[in-house]
Amino acid sequence: MTKKLNDFFGKPVAVVNIGLASMAQPMRDQAVPVVDLDWQPPKEGVVRLTVTRTGIDIDEANEEAIRKIKAARPVLVGMGKAIDVIPGYHKNLYLHAGPPITWERMCGPTRAAVMGALIYEGRAKDEKEAEKLAASGEIEFAPCHHYHAVGPMAGVVSPSMPVFIVENKTFGNKAYCTQNEGLGKVLRYGGMGEDVYARLKWMENVLYPALDAALRTLPDGIDLKSMIAQALHMGDECHNRNRAATSLFLRAVAPALARTSKDNETLAQVIEFIDKNDHFFLNLSMPAGKAAVEPAEGTPGSTIVTIMARNGTDFGIQLAGLPGKWFTAPAGMVQGLYFPGFSEEDANPDIGDSTMTETAGYGGFAMAAAPAIVKFVGGTPSDAIANTLEMYEITFSEHEAFTIPFLNFRGSPLGMDVRKIMETGILPKINTGISHKKPGIGGIGAGILRAPEACFRDAFEEFRKTFC
Amino acid sequence: MSIKSLIKPSEYHDSVTLMLVARELTKLPGVKDAAVVMGTESNKAILEQSGLLTAEAKASSPNDLVISVNAEGDVDAVLEEANKLLAKKNTSEGGAAEFRPKTVRSAVKEMPEANMAIISIAGRYAADEAWECLRRGLHVLLFSDNVSIEDEVALKKYASEHGLLLMGPGAGTAIINGVALAFANVIPSGPVGIVSAAGTGLQETSTLLAKNGIGITQGIGTGGRDLKKEVGGIMFLDGLKALQEDPATKVVLLVSKPPAPEMARKVMEQVAKSSKPTVVCLLGGDTRSVEAPKNVHVVNTLEEAGLLAARLAGANLPEPKELIAKETAEIKTLASTLKSKLKPEQKYLRGLFSGGTLCYEAQVIWRDEFEIEVTSNAPLDKKYQMKDSLKSEKNCCVDLGEEEFTVGRPHPMIDNDLRVRRLLAEGKDPSVAVILLDVVIGYGAHPDPAAELGDAVRKAQAAAQAEGREIIFVASVTGTEGDPQNLTRTTQTLKSAGVHVCNSNAAASRLAALLVA
Repeated sequence: MTKKLNDFFGKPVAVVNIGLASMAQPMRDQAVPVVDLDWQPPKEGVVRLTVTRTGIDIDEANEEAIRKIKAARPVLVGMGKAIDVIPGYHKNLYLHAGPPITWERMCGPTRAAVMGALIYEGRAKDEKEAEKLAASGEIEFAPCHHYHAVGPMAGVVSPSMPVFIVENKTFGNKAYCTQNEGLGKVLRYGGMGEDVYARLKWMENVLYPALDAALRTLPDGIDLKSMIAQALHMGDECHNRNRAATSLFLRAVAPALARTSKDNETLAQVIEFIDKNDHFFLNLSMPAGKAAVEPAEGTPGSTIVTIMARNGTDFGIQLAGLPGKWFTAPAGMVQGLYFPGFSEEDANPDIGDSTMTETAGYGGFAMAAAPAIVKFVGGTPSDAIANTLEMYEITFSEHEAFTIPFLNFRGSPLGMDVRKIMETGILPKINTGISHKKPGIGGIGAGILRAPEACFRDAFEEFRKTFC
Repeated sequence: MSIKSLIKPSEYHDSVTLMLVARELTKLPGVKDAAVVMGTESNKAILEQSGLLTAEAKASSPNDLVISVNAEGDVDAVLEEANKLLAKKNTSEGGAAEFRPKTVRSAVKEMPEANMAIISIAGRYAADEAWECLRRGLHVLLFSDNVSIEDEVALKKYASEHGLLLMGPGAGTAIINGVALAFANVIPSGPVGIVSAAGTGLQETSTLLAKNGIGITQGIGTGGRDLKKEVGGIMFLDGLKALQEDPATKVVLLVSKPPAPEMARKVMEQVAKSSKPTVVCLLGGDTRSVEAPKNVHVVNTLEEAGLLAARLAGANLPEPKELIAKETAEIKTLASTLKSKLKPEQKYLRGLFSGGTLCYEAQVIWRDEFEIEVTSNAPLDKKYQMKDSLKSEKNCCVDLGEEEFTVGRPHPMIDNDLRVRRLLAEGKDPSVAVILLDVVIGYGAHPDPAAELGDAVRKAQAAAQAEGREIIFVASVTGTEGDPQNLTRTTQTLKSAGVHVCNSNAAASRLAALLVA
């Protein structure tokens, strides 16, 4: 014992200060390195969970869940129509973002997207008819997440919509997502109208066949993990900024598109559409996250968050150790920047499955990699860095594959641990698009918010009661 | 006048921030009194005493922030101002650019070479954070009070098994590897190694060494309870053993209030294992009863301990007992001159201390050398317990660093407010002859305590003179020339306010006693 204490004598001292700032200043005055914690008292009544009743070490369980996520290799392997490729799909099944919700409780944009999809599918000739059909009970609504799918914003998937098929080559599981329509008045933001349906039809009849034909000539598919990793070094965080990743995708797919294209005008239209939509890659970055994280679902004793999703009414999460069980809380309001003519009075609460990206260790959690969109988080690059650094407080690990140049290539924060969220009181920070609350209008801005505490608290409590 | 409270649930700020806001509120026109505190039981008691405990405040929980105001006119506007001030403090402290980790886990990630933690958060959270630090291999200075003795024992056992220091709880001072932690002075490096179970005891002895040109290897503060039977002296003994084995330490100095006989025996057994010259200061203890080997010197004041250790370490000093006798003779001459200024009804001394151990040493001197009865809120003997810490009677000395004064507010070494108010109140008492102060400088302490205390002395003196009295102010400065506040400058500031500044707390205590004896 004494030997060890004596070993410390004469060594340079480096201090962690926990409490009064007046204790840290003398360290600086003496040129002693000091980290001055921004300490906050732990939340009242939060117990420290370390081992389950059955003897599972929770840290080890989380290590296992994280190991699976890190080992994932999501690859875009092909496309198909939802009804043909998503297991269990049927003609009356309409998927939406977030946790389960009934037609009655759906927010404006989700209702609009459902009605729009029914018109697009030819099931209704106008909004009135669509509304009646949606409310009739004939249509089955289910979360995308229940079908290995993810959908941005309203996230509505209907039977004939083409979807990307992303396969996790390590585990063989697949994830699905529609093609991204662009910003503004589009279905996923609750936009309705002939222009919206016409675009969807074009995406089904022109864009999809072109991309599908191209992908069929790429036997190894397109490696999305490496594409996300590269994009993080090019100013994307792959949730609210996908400009670099979209360019990388276009670069990867363009030769195959050209080789398989039957006429130059179609080829030009396809390239133009992808090129003009900075968010095209979002609908690949999301299923890549879904494919990567899904194998961690059901890891016994793990407190890692595997799903975080919103339907515009409720915010819902799932834990790896409690697979299939949703914990929900009312969706929050986004602090945002608005397109001209709109304000926060028009905004719908937080919506979409795009928080899949944060769940998988990039997106808003990698904000430090995306200085170009720092206006969302308060205006300066240092705010973006603080944002990422704060998320390390609540994540279990760091993703070595997704590194952040500015943080000396430190891995991005990976694997929200519900224990850490409860212990620190730090809630996940999300950056997201904003929908108009009224059906039919569409996207009106983007911004940031914190996830609501209640669903994490409920999940933590349920985990504790069930396992500890 | 109306009294109102604003309760902000689950809002946390450190006590210094709260104090600053409260102070700014009291400066607002019409505000008679204001408190901004966390809703702990002890704070509610303080609110009750100042008449600020409203029904809402009474119902608040320890996690709630309570703002209570007694003001004329628009009380709501004052409460609103408090809100604004708190928001301002938040932004200016946080700073937009600088990210500060929120957990020890990420602090260590940011600074992997971290090896020491200073913990000064509320006691009920402190043990958990201390565990977190120890498990990550950090030595800990646990400044926080209100940590249970069970937690202390468990933490110290773990620390001891892992070769770590767990100094505290309630450890206000340490100097480790030349770094002053919490309240500590700038002491040169040198041959004396100190282990102290009394915080200001470490400051007083180490500054006495420095004043005589002697430096230290380590100053290990163990917290006041370490030598209690329940704790078993875990850190005191670990520290002692380490210093005995440390080749740079030539003289060992141990400081403590007299522990239980079996603990004293344990310490002396360990002391006897080394041939290094060792000074054992059992503050106020009966030194005759202790049998010690030749290399061990048992003394019972901080002053003698510091001087003796300095002499053993090579300072060119006479035998401390002679030195003290000579100095006391000089003080006697000064006292008899000063005494002529006092009116017959000015019979009592009042000690207003910021350092607990200094308050204790003063009482030892008054008891052993002068046999005068002095009550205290931290007495040597329970029978001299003050009935009410807030009300002085006859001869008494108050340790303003005791819990009843510090829960939810900054320590009197950081903030002079409480002591200034008390000093002004004592000055109004016509039976008071002498007010004794300890002025502790160094890192952690107020940037210029002498200026604020000096102002208060002038104010109190002017008020007394208006009533035809003169009060004698006596002080000592625990500090060094290297301290940011500087020993000479601090002494000069006090002197120019009319304070008689002595070379040590012991000397100041003697002068105070001679004025009322």
